Amino acid sequence: MNELLRRLLFLPEQASTFARDVDNLHYFVILTTFVMSTAVGLTAIFFFIRYRRRSETQTTPHIEPKAWMEALFVGVPLIIFTAWFFLGYREFVRQYTPPIDSMDVYVMGKKWMWKFAYPDGPNSINVLRVPAGQNVRLLMTSRDVIHSFYVPEFRVKMDVLPGRYTQLWFNATTPGRYQIFCAEYCGAGHSIMRGEVIVLKPQEYEDWYSSQKRGLADRQDGQPTALDFAPPLGNLVDQGKRVAADQGCLKCHTTDGTRHIGPTWLDLYGRREKLSDGSVVVVDEAYMTESMMEPAAKIVEGFQPVMPSFQGKMTAPETAAVVEFIKSLQSDAVRTGPSEGPAYAPIRGR
Amino acid sequence: MRLSEADSHALSGASPVPDYLHDGTTVMSWLNTRDHKRVGVMFLVSVIVFFFVGGLFALLIRFKLLQPGPFFMDALSYNRMFTLHGVVMIFLFLIPAIPSAFGNFVLPLMLGARDVAFPRLNLFSYYLYLTGAAVALWGMIHGGADTGWTFYTPYSSTTPTQVAPILLGAFILGFSSILTGLNFIVTVHTLRAPGLGWMKMPLFVWSAYATSVIQILATPVLAITLLIVTVERIGGFGLFDPARGGDPVLFQHMFWFYSHPAVYIMILPAMGVISECVCAFSRKNPFGYKAIAFSSLGIAFVGFFTWGHHLFVAGQSVFVGGAFGLLSMFVGIFTAIKVFNWVGTMYRGAISFKTPFAYICGFLYFIVFGGMTGVALATTSLDIHWHDTYFVVAHFHFIMVGASVMAFLAALHYWFPKMFGKVYHEGWGLVAASLIILGFNATFIPQFLLGNFGMPRRYYQYPEHFQALNVASTAGATLLGFGFLLIVIYLGIALKWGSRSTESNPWGSKGFEWLTASPPPTHNFDEIPTITQMPHDYRTHEPSGVIRVA
Repeated sequence: MNELLRRLLFLPEQASTFARDVDNLHYFVILTTFVMSTAVGLTAIFFFIRYRRRSETQTTPHIEPKAWMEALFVGVPLIIFTAWFFLGYREFVRQYTPPIDSMDVYVMGKKWMWKFAYPDGPNSINVLRVPAGQNVRLLMTSRDVIHSFYVPEFRVKMDVLPGRYTQLWFNATTPGRYQIFCAEYCGAGHSIMRGEVIVLKPQEYEDWYSSQKRGLADRQDGQPTALDFAPPLGNLVDQGKRVAADQGCLKCHTTDGTRHIGPTWLDLYGRREKLSDGSVVVVDEAYMTESMMEPAAKIVEGFQPVMPSFQGKMTAPETAAVVEFIKSLQSDAVRTGPSEGPAYAPIRGR
Repeated sequence: MRLSEADSHALSGASPVPDYLHDGTTVMSWLNTRDHKRVGVMFLVSVIVFFFVGGLFALLIRFKLLQPGPFFMDALSYNRMFTLHGVVMIFLFLIPAIPSAFGNFVLPLMLGARDVAFPRLNLFSYYLYLTGAAVALWGMIHGGADTGWTFYTPYSSTTPTQVAPILLGAFILGFSSILTGLNFIVTVHTLRAPGLGWMKMPLFVWSAYATSVIQILATPVLAITLLIVTVERIGGFGLFDPARGGDPVLFQHMFWFYSHPAVYIMILPAMGVISECVCAFSRKNPFGYKAIAFSSLGIAFVGFFTWGHHLFVAGQSVFVGGAFGLLSMFVGIFTAIKVFNWVGTMYRGAISFKTPFAYICGFLYFIVFGGMTGVALATTSLDIHWHDTYFVVAHFHFIMVGASVMAFLAALHYWFPKMFGKVYHEGWGLVAASLIILGFNATFIPQFLLGNFGMPRRYYQYPEHFQALNVASTAGATLLGFGFLLIVIYLGIALKWGSRSTESNPWGSKGFEWLTASPPPTHNFDEIPTITQMPHDYRTHEPSGVIRVA
């Protein structure tokens, strides 16, 4: 019965401890809605057939409802709606009261990606791994605008706000992969701000988690000085690559010459970009820095002014690293002129 | 046979003075008019134009959604498109549609008044509407906003698109709405005909009165909110943007404090129209007159205490969530009272299935289903899954298009002979009505299912398993589009070439607005009628078109 109704109503799989209870209420609510609307509809149809107009001069008696009818009109919806409310609110309180034994994961939303950090160190972009059968609490905040963390299979959703933390908890029952959606409109990349929850069997999760921690320890041990943050690795280009990934630059700018939300970074350095006001600018360090800090100042022709400012969001060394990374992205082909046109040659050897 | 001007007046029993349409035919006589009927007609034409603009945006959105990946337009254009669809439909169509267009036309007629209380202010309110529309259109052409019609901060205070002109446009439109509301309240208080006590007023007047109360109490809050966002964008003050020390959720509270009651600005007049039409086409007194009248005021009152149900997952406290959930149920109860009374009105009536009655049937089904899914959404735990998904989109379209637009169309057909003295083709009317009701279901039932399935709203791209339902919805929207087009065609034909209605009251309605000729003369009544009966009293039959002057 549950399975039949779930499929009829197009509800997703039930993969958390909430899902079944939420769905049961859902069935009850939809059922009463159907019964009520059918009842009203059928009554209207019956009245129409029974009381068709028979002549153009027909008169009708003056009828007013009796007190018991009025009581019925108020009472029936009152009882139905109060029942819905109390059943729903009990579940709502449960959903918003994380159990004490929950495992914490920190979530940061930003345009247009999800970052997950575990208290002991490992972190990941867009992929949240959790063990099945464990209460998990997410402590969430946003770096820029409001986002909303939504996993349909778990029937959970919570807004992710800048400047404050919100929390959400769930207990995933079935190992598998479930999509995370952003449910609060956040701009051009809103619909591709998706991630994935991977629910692992407890043992698999343990294995993954300890390997992550080991990797982190190895990296820290390999550094000459003990710092309380993971120190930058490698040269400026590698650092820039990592910063670009962390800051979400690569969500809009490709490095292989294909056209996306922003201009590609391949062969960007030294290119002559045609701007929306008709002028042409040669891409140098100053232009790239300005575009990061004040993106609306110069808009490349054919692109939309949607890039957020990174003023205050990236340190000076990080900015420099990104500039170096972009400079390193050169294909062999020598070209000048605006960035419009066919795709560039694929990048080699990188 | 075409009747001459004088003949038709003789038939309708009115004195041979020109009706309001022929009392001055120059453009200036329209632009400079103080006649509430002409202002109403100008509003009607404007809102219909904007309805088609907004509808075009909707069709473009639905066309894009045929494909899950990038298709037809880019993400930014798509985002602008749904923003403009929302802004145009809400601020330029739904809010003024019934109160400013039909309300202006029939409210003074129903009260037995010669005009509204402040005719100049009435015209000014129309020009404010045009100005607001022009400013908003200017913003749309110069970039357009990509914030959604809800303008949530801090996105709206940081996006580089043209948010300010759209906000300013909505701000000006708000004043148009306030002035209309003010005018109606004063009119109802001061200009009722002799004998027309409060408990004899037509139910449309009651709902227009309740709407006006919301308009003058809630709209200033929207104006303040939009102004603050503009100040934040232009002046850089941190009021809503946390990066500058503001509070983003404060915006949502202020916005919904207006925008939830605004939903009742859109639906209450629609309920008033249905109260009138159900009586006229069932030829029956309203069942539970007081219940219908007072539930309008009840909705207007409770509507102010439900805004928090938009914020169940926005981080407000669990207790506040519960309180708003419970309060939201009351709107459902008041609506249910009305629905039961409308159905009760048909009991032992004499029902004639004309086009407006087809829309009444559509309305009843949409308001019950849309209303109950609304209460379901206010059921806190269910909202967690549905919040900001297509389920919400489908729900509010059931109320705003399903219910409000059905009522708008019912009003358009019911009052068409009153306004223009012409009759439209009944057969085409029924064809269009069935197309629209069918197309509407085909558009929005799949969207309910998409919401259940977990598709968030405002999605440019979506995972492939949502495609089948999206295609079904687009097919329905096309049908819906054809239905609306058909109406414009046959009403246009009726207006230009249609036969003049031989009677001034073709429906045999006993609503007070039919006490005068159709179309009415500029001064409405040769002699102000004295009201001795309740509206829609069908116990006796009098030949239609007779002005009852006691």
